[in-house]
Amino acid sequence: MRIALAWIVPVALLLLWIAAGTFHWVQSYQLATPQGVFEELVSLGSRGLLAKHILASVDRVFTGFGVALALAILVGTIVGLSRTGERLLDPTLQAIRAVPSLAWVPLLLLWMGIGESAKITLIAIGAFFPIYVNLVAGIHGVDRKLVEVAHTLGVRGIALAARVILPATLPSLLVGARIGLTQAWLFLVAAELLAATRGLGFMLTEGQQISRPDEILSAILLLAVFGKLSEMGMRVIEARLTGWTDSFR
Amino acid sequence: MNAINIERLTKAFDGKPVFVDLDLVVAQGETVAVLGPSGCGKSTLLRCIAGLERPTGGTARAEGDVGYVFQEPRLLPWLNVEKNVRFAARDDVERARVGGVLGLTGLHDAARLLPKQLSGGMAQRTALARTLVRNPSILLLDEPLAALDALRRMDLQAALASIIATLYATALLVTHDVDEALYLADRIVVLGGSPSRIETELVVPLNARRRRDADLTPERTTLLRALGVEDHLPSFSI
Repeated sequence: MRIALAWIVPVALLLLWIAAGTFHWVQSYQLATPQGVFEELVSLGSRGLLAKHILASVDRVFTGFGVALALAILVGTIVGLSRTGERLLDPTLQAIRAVPSLAWVPLLLLWMGIGESAKITLIAIGAFFPIYVNLVAGIHGVDRKLVEVAHTLGVRGIALAARVILPATLPSLLVGARIGLTQAWLFLVAAELLAATRGLGFMLTEGQQISRPDEILSAILLLAVFGKLSEMGMRVIEARLTGWTDSFR
Repeated sequence: MNAINIERLTKAFDGKPVFVDLDLVVAQGETVAVLGPSGCGKSTLLRCIAGLERPTGGTARAEGDVGYVFQEPRLLPWLNVEKNVRFAARDDVERARVGGVLGLTGLHDAARLLPKQLSGGMAQRTALARTLVRNPSILLLDEPLAALDALRRMDLQAALASIIATLYATALLVTHDVDEALYLADRIVVLGGSPSRIETELVVPLNARRRRDADLTPERTTLLRALGVEDHLPSFSI
């Protein structure tokens, strides 16, 4: 019943979309039909372009996300655990976070050119902050009572961090990582819209330049699919690793 | 030889003293219960001995391996029962003890369960097992059974009594349950007043220790009076 309810709106939209094409409500250079989008996807697939664009984008997203994850865990752990580390690094990071991330684009292009490194850096900047913020909040929120247990057992310092604080923080870290991955897809599109010769974002710009709404819609469809897939993947990982939490849902 | 030495211990929070110049000695192998109304500093006393609170003045020392049991189980939620117990083990000798301790506390069948799957009694047994894995010579027990229902509590009181006896351990038990104190302790100290001091001290008769059928009415009355509870029904005149 709940699943059926969820399908009503998308199916209605799809029917409306088909009707708009069939009855020529919209000019074909503005909106492609679902059949047109499907044919475009098949055509791109048969020429090997589909795989090329998808691979380029997936590669960038996961490289950028991986860099962000590693850096956020490193910096977040230092800031979360050490008061000195927090005073030293957190104000600067909060200031950088206040800058809308797309404002870095011109600087990145200036420094790194239009190559891969500028795109990956942009994606990493976008993915870094949600992970960092959630991790630090998670560490600060660790139950003091558990830390006291460790103290009565003489577990301190690095052992305390490794055996109590970081495992207790895992749920927040994974929530941050899930949001970070969504951000990575967002910034991927931004990076590829600006300067790319392949990738899903490039399909968008190319489609606009040569007036091919079917190509644009294909790219949007693929972005939706991959965004959803990576989110579902993160949820599976979360469920696997944090099944011990005693929560309402 | 004393296991716990408390000398002129003072603890204040934000300048407000909980207790001032408190003296208490617990001999090796002795079980002492501390009774008192809430807020009298019973738990703070234990926390000072364990080093969880820094005394404002004086000293609180325990000579030996200390095991601390809190009012709540405080298990690590991501570890199952066995791993929670193993968490306290420092070396192979203590790790080898895990199985035995699980048996002693009646947790053999629950070893693979996560804390969220445990009943209150089982969770508290796990916390006790975690403490016992180190074979502590001194047990600091901070109302360890207060969260349990009456039957569970009597059950665990008996388990605790036999564990203390088996380990030849010294125990300092904080409780608000007069019967629990009379059942488990060799000596009972009542804290009261503001700031708290030792109001009453009572030695449980040798032949009544750890026996539920002992008649301890006079001792019970003394303790209840010290706690400010009148042990008879109020009389009303109509």
